[in-house]
Amino acid sequence: MYTLQILVNGIVLGCLYACIAAGFSLVWGVLNVINLMHGSFIVLGSYLAWGAYNTMGISPWLTVLIAAPLFYAGGYLVQRGLLNRVIAAPVLVTLTLTFGLDLILNNAMILAFRADYRSLILDPPLGTIAMGSVVVPVDRLVAMLFALVLTGVLYLILRRSRVGRAIIAVRLDRDAATLMGVDVKATNAAAFGLGAGMAGCAGVLMALIFPISPLSSTAYLGKAFVVCVLGGLGSVPGAVLGGLLLGLVESFGAMAFGPEHAVTLSFSLLILFLVLRPQGLLGKRGFE
Amino acid sequence: MNWRRDALLLGAVIALGVLPWVGQPYTLRLGTFACMYAVLAVSWNVIGGFAGYPSFATAAFFGFGAYAGGIMLTRGYPLAVAALSAGAIAFAAAVVMGAVLLRLRGHYFAIASLAVAEVLRELTNSATELTGGGMGLNIPFDAASGGGVVGEATYYFRAMWLLLIVTLVVVLYVQRSRLGFGLACIRQNEAAADMIGINATLYKSLALAFSGVFVAMAGTLYAGWVHYIEPPDVYDILYAVKPIVMVLLGGLGSVTGAVLGAFAFLGIEELVWRNYLQIHTGMLGLLVVVLLLFLPQGLVSIGPRLAIWRARQRREAPRGG
Repeated sequence: MYTLQILVNGIVLGCLYACIAAGFSLVWGVLNVINLMHGSFIVLGSYLAWGAYNTMGISPWLTVLIAAPLFYAGGYLVQRGLLNRVIAAPVLVTLTLTFGLDLILNNAMILAFRADYRSLILDPPLGTIAMGSVVVPVDRLVAMLFALVLTGVLYLILRRSRVGRAIIAVRLDRDAATLMGVDVKATNAAAFGLGAGMAGCAGVLMALIFPISPLSSTAYLGKAFVVCVLGGLGSVPGAVLGGLLLGLVESFGAMAFGPEHAVTLSFSLLILFLVLRPQGLLGKRGFE
Repeated sequence: MNWRRDALLLGAVIALGVLPWVGQPYTLRLGTFACMYAVLAVSWNVIGGFAGYPSFATAAFFGFGAYAGGIMLTRGYPLAVAALSAGAIAFAAAVVMGAVLLRLRGHYFAIASLAVAEVLRELTNSATELTGGGMGLNIPFDAASGGGVVGEATYYFRAMWLLLIVTLVVVLYVQRSRLGFGLACIRQNEAAADMIGINATLYKSLALAFSGVFVAMAGTLYAGWVHYIEPPDVYDILYAVKPIVMVLLGGLGSVTGAVLGAFAFLGIEELVWRNYLQIHTGMLGLLVVVLLLFLPQGLVSIGPRLAIWRARQRREAPRGG
């Protein structure tokens, strides 16, 4: 009966999840760093969209263009100043370091914005589109298109641009890349910057759909984890596939078992995938 | 693995037992937390320090122990029975879970162990009839605790203190046993350890189980002590991260270091809580960042580093003069 509607909801959600996870997957796959700040970056992007719209009347669609360079610069500096110092250290160190940084960032956001929920409401609202029995809110639809475009841009940057090829070269063989004249430290920082930029832009889009609060950062982070493990690290198509899969699983799972079990379902899927197919659906070495 | 140092450590911890005769309820509360943190840190050190696997499952064990034991307490079982049952179930579950999850390495193992706590929390949240779900679980006063504020504080301090002593004895024994040796081999080179005939899967699973059993028991004691638990509280990811920070403070792999790290951490946390309530998580984050960037070998490395620095100063002084 509602199957088609749920399918559409799942796809819309899945494209947004892909955008959330693409930057996370890039940082994990290339730098071998799990960036636990990713969720907080997304929330910060949402606050940027909220502030820009409510104080200066800048449309969220334009804010995406502001967020990208801003978050890129922030991410670049974090990698250059802090993470590059421990990049060769064991997993435990990099993971715990980004956790510490996330505690600081999240605490700062709670102080600055308080822990209550806000939402960005467009005036006038964009309304909904009905196609037969399927109804889709227009803001979600546009956000989904933006998410797809952003993910596509990331893909093109990695495939076509000089810095993108350098990032992949470093991932494949750090030493060989150094010998070929690639500045590894700057490339690492660029990769982290791109990841942060994607997070910031995703946050701007999320502001249109979900309530904004510093407390949502862990939920976003959890989604990014699951998407990366499902789709496989190391590729933008993997993130898109994983995102769509998670969106569909959550939508249909919510219908079958009730919405309160959606998180249990996605994390059980995560553990199952880790055990049975840790490389994910499209996983491969390197980032292409 | 210094006999004298370990004996000294055990002696010092046993000496903590005089606290009920000299302390007020506040010091008893601090003492109980100190013992609990030490149990968590020493336990995590078995999997993280001895075996070198970055486990984030501590929160899962703690929350599980709090709920399993807490439910038994509400049904009227005595504290010791509840804690022992929670520990036994956690041990068995960890052996089984370890056989599956410990095939993963590095980031993948870290994420999987993190996800276990998430799944358990959501399951606890949704099993409302058994656990009270999001409303939390109220645990009645234990008749054995003697009643009264001081009586109860003393009772739970003694329980946690006893648990710490048991944990220390077992973990120190594990470190000296065949298991400890095998874990050290696995940490250094797992493939080579496999080659020389160490059953790596079994050893790693046992390490995970030993890192969980006492944490689950501490969870039960905590539940009885605070009388009210809810899923976001006892499955908090901070319970997984704090022990790691404590062990890193004290120096990875050392049991004495883990205990000292736990005490030092509690001291810092208490100071921050008291003076900077608004930014206490941020201060914790700052501690983590500074520790990892500047003192990755822990507080114990301050001494040798200072010695090196002084030697360098001495060497350069005549040249300068």
